[in-house]
Amino acid sequence: MIKSNSGIRKTDVINRRMFIIGAAKVVVFVGIVARLFSLQINENKKYLTLSDKNRIREWKLPPTRGNIVDYFGNVIAGNLKVYQLHIIPEQVENFNYLLVRLKNLLNLSEKRIARINKLKAELKPWDSIIVSENLSWSQFVKINNYLYDLVGVKPVMTISRNYPFDDVYTHVLGYVSQPNEQEILENEIIQERFVPGMKIGKLGLEKRLENHLIGTNAIQRYEVNAYGKRINQLEHQKGQQGSKIRLTVDTEIQKACGKLLNEKAGSISVMDIYTGDIIAMYSSPSYNPNLFLFGISQDEWQLIRNNPLKPLINKTLSGLYSPGSTIKPIVALSALENKVIDTKFKVKCTGKMELYGQTFHCWKEKGHGWVSLKNAMKQSCDTYFYEVARLLGVDRLNITAEKFGLGKKVLGDYFDTEKKGLFPNTKWKKNNLGKGWVLGETLITGIGQGYIQSTPLQLCMMTAQIANGGFAVKPKIIVDSNPISYEDAKQSMESGLLFDTDSEELLDKKLFKNQKNIKIIQEAMFASTNERFGTSYKSRIDDPKYQFAGKTGTAQVKRISKRERELDLELEQIPYKDRDHALYVAYGPYVNPRYALSIIVEHGGSGSKAAAPIAKKLFKLIIDRHDLRNKQSNFERITV
Amino acid sequence: MFQHDRLNNEITLFQKIKNLDYILLISVILLSVLSVFVMYSTDGGEILFHTKNHFVKLAVFFPLMIFVAFFNIKFWHNFSYIIYFIVILLLIYVSFFGLKSSGSQRWMDLYLFVLQPSELMKIAIIMCLAKYFHRIKIENVNSFTSITIVLSIIIIPIIFVIAQPDLGTSILIALSGLIILWLGGMKIKYFIYSFITFLISLPFIISFLKPYQKLRILTFLDPDRDPLGAGYQIIQSKIAIGSGGLNGKGFLKGTQSYLDFLPEKHTDFIFTLFSEEFGFIGSVGLLILYSIIIFRIIRIGAISRSNFARLFCFGYAFAIFIYIVVNLSMVLGLLPIVGSPLPIMSYGGSSMLATMIGFGIVLSAKINHKQMIA
Repeated sequence: MIKSNSGIRKTDVINRRMFIIGAAKVVVFVGIVARLFSLQINENKKYLTLSDKNRIREWKLPPTRGNIVDYFGNVIAGNLKVYQLHIIPEQVENFNYLLVRLKNLLNLSEKRIARINKLKAELKPWDSIIVSENLSWSQFVKINNYLYDLVGVKPVMTISRNYPFDDVYTHVLGYVSQPNEQEILENEIIQERFVPGMKIGKLGLEKRLENHLIGTNAIQRYEVNAYGKRINQLEHQKGQQGSKIRLTVDTEIQKACGKLLNEKAGSISVMDIYTGDIIAMYSSPSYNPNLFLFGISQDEWQLIRNNPLKPLINKTLSGLYSPGSTIKPIVALSALENKVIDTKFKVKCTGKMELYGQTFHCWKEKGHGWVSLKNAMKQSCDTYFYEVARLLGVDRLNITAEKFGLGKKVLGDYFDTEKKGLFPNTKWKKNNLGKGWVLGETLITGIGQGYIQSTPLQLCMMTAQIANGGFAVKPKIIVDSNPISYEDAKQSMESGLLFDTDSEELLDKKLFKNQKNIKIIQEAMFASTNERFGTSYKSRIDDPKYQFAGKTGTAQVKRISKRERELDLELEQIPYKDRDHALYVAYGPYVNPRYALSIIVEHGGSGSKAAAPIAKKLFKLIIDRHDLRNKQSNFERITV
Repeated sequence: MFQHDRLNNEITLFQKIKNLDYILLISVILLSVLSVFVMYSTDGGEILFHTKNHFVKLAVFFPLMIFVAFFNIKFWHNFSYIIYFIVILLLIYVSFFGLKSSGSQRWMDLYLFVLQPSELMKIAIIMCLAKYFHRIKIENVNSFTSITIVLSIIIIPIIFVIAQPDLGTSILIALSGLIILWLGGMKIKYFIYSFITFLISLPFIISFLKPYQKLRILTFLDPDRDPLGAGYQIIQSKIAIGSGGLNGKGFLKGTQSYLDFLPEKHTDFIFTLFSEEFGFIGSVGLLILYSIIIFRIIRIGAISRSNFARLFCFGYAFAIFIYIVVNLSMVLGLLPIVGSPLPIMSYGGSSMLATMIGFGIVLSAKINHKQMIA
């Protein structure tokens, strides 16, 4: 117990060594403080950013599409509040019980239930499952009544595309639906703004104007936890609705077109002959685009797809028809312009014409006797036009026809389904069929049969350009940023120049060599409708306010055999597929004309019986709405 | 001498209370209060499971510390070996009958709470070696027998702890033991030689590591290797600390912890939450508080008459220091992730129990600093 040297030495050793350790401790602590300093002070910004990146997540909401309105501002493609039903699985107490309850309340199919179960397995428990995208009001009320029993169910109000006029504008507007992967990848704007549940234009203007209509996403910023669950909302940034787009169309006339073509296959186009505004463009039968919004059912889709009247085809733009006798004004004009004939030129019609041993029949078996241009047009004498075409030749006819818009797309690139049709010439046949042109082919081209193919809109434009005195018109369906008034358009047109709003240049728009020739054609068309023995005389309107001029056409869909010609069957006795297409082109009012139209009734029989009466009904409405349309010109300009 | 001993033995309760080290005591109280608030923050600003349990443990173990302090340091000296052997027995017990959790077997169920004997070994090994070096003559320190004995004292518990497996705790036990060897006067060259041997055999040791331990080392070297997997903890921890800045995000406003980005925020990563909410100033403040505690323990060691008390205090001060360093280096990305709690702050009963007993013995040394031990 005596304090030994050893004890003291030991204490010394311990103390000395403790001092070394103490110094080391200070160094290490300073090192840790330095590390803290570098993280918290020097790199603070970097880690703050990383921390925000961790905790803040953005949710994009589907953008609201811009409205499409008609000329008068009526919404024809708008947005509607829809009621949806969501399930949030983590809030559900008994999932199977809930599904049984919902199945009974909403009549959900087994397939739908299976899909919900699949989604439930795929999604995070706090992600909502959309049970129904579009609840009817009564279903919505029912759900709300039973909400106490449906834990975890959330009725949601959201916005969806809506076409208030159902099938009236389907072929113009198209429709929207959920995009597929390719569609998302093809369009950068869609790619950027895509969110599940968003719909894009699939067809028509909805597709063409996607980038204008789409709108911008609303953005919700949430604080999330490490598992991605939303904790609270930090910010809601409103999205901007897509641009509003105003069309040149008139819903009243468009609707009337639909009624007139009810249960028929065909098309009606109406155009302002000076401004080129398309007033109506209806393809029949149509279908309801609203069916596609929430996924069309297989049954409904098959019904549309298998309809023999082919509702999916936009006949106005993509339907190709032989123009039949509606081509005759162009044949006559071409002959006059090329000075092949004059108004006194006469042909004797015996009901048929022989050429190199081949017989070419006139529609009137007994023949028309001696006919001049006016009478030939009026009674649509085929023999006269065989002779004129023979004298004119197909190449000269082709030049005039193409000038008037045949064989070219009318609306340019607005509709990717638009067809350009065909107006043949000798060169075309050589290049495409590898054979020489035969004179007989010139004859049948002269009555609008054979290779010639045109769309209803082309015929409408052709008629408009005859009606306005022979000036080129630029058809359009969207009211552009700098619209030219009807008076200005007419004035500049009649000065022979047209102000082109796209290139901002004055262009020479004269399609004729001598305007007298146009006048002759106009008079002949007037006679066809308003004079006795005219093919559409029965459909005339005597009141000068509504009086119109037109030309009928009956396009054969197959060669008529000799036997059939002898039988002279009634329309009902011929199988539907073999019946002629009925056509009619017209413009009015005859004095100070303003509008041109073309009507096609597929397999409707003769133009005078099936197509011209439709024009009579339509013209009254078109002219009646003329003043309204004029007043509307000062309507706010909507840019695209 | 003898009289003196008796005098010391008869210190009254009043004198004991008077002789407590109040700076140390206040620092420990401050740390405890702080730890309750931080625990409250990990519970998302509510008094939930962790806050309640942490508080209850403090309420039990703090008086236990005073209780331990009121025993004479001589008592602790006398029982050091026995305590060491009891803890060894406990380690043996858990290696056979212990509770298993997430792949390791380190706990025993004591009905009231679950004890982790390896935590107690952190204290027991210091007591045991302190006693050994107190008793041995300085001339014999570097003899073969004594080296064999002290190395055995260190290696035996480590074998059991590594087998659990618990690399973090075994390293801390080894370091706590080695420091006593150093303080006790073992030749410096032995330390240098062993260190060199350790470096050489390192690749060999690594080949014995479990796959998850190797992964931790790889992750430490490059946390971005697998940012959502193995590197996740350290990346999120650095983000939390770094985004705290100078003043921190404010109490209960640590987004990283509140939104569950921080793993193990109650236990090993508690400093991360603290640092996120209180920033650089708070973190340095906490380090200062720890430094005061370490400094006071060293001071108590320095005034102690017996080498047992001196060695224990110095050793324990170093142990506290090394716990803090290992824990902070881990959360700051300076060391690979090894499980090691931050004294008092981290949630965990055994660690707190061991720490409080350690403080208790230190306080006993203070009360009886004039006590000589044969």
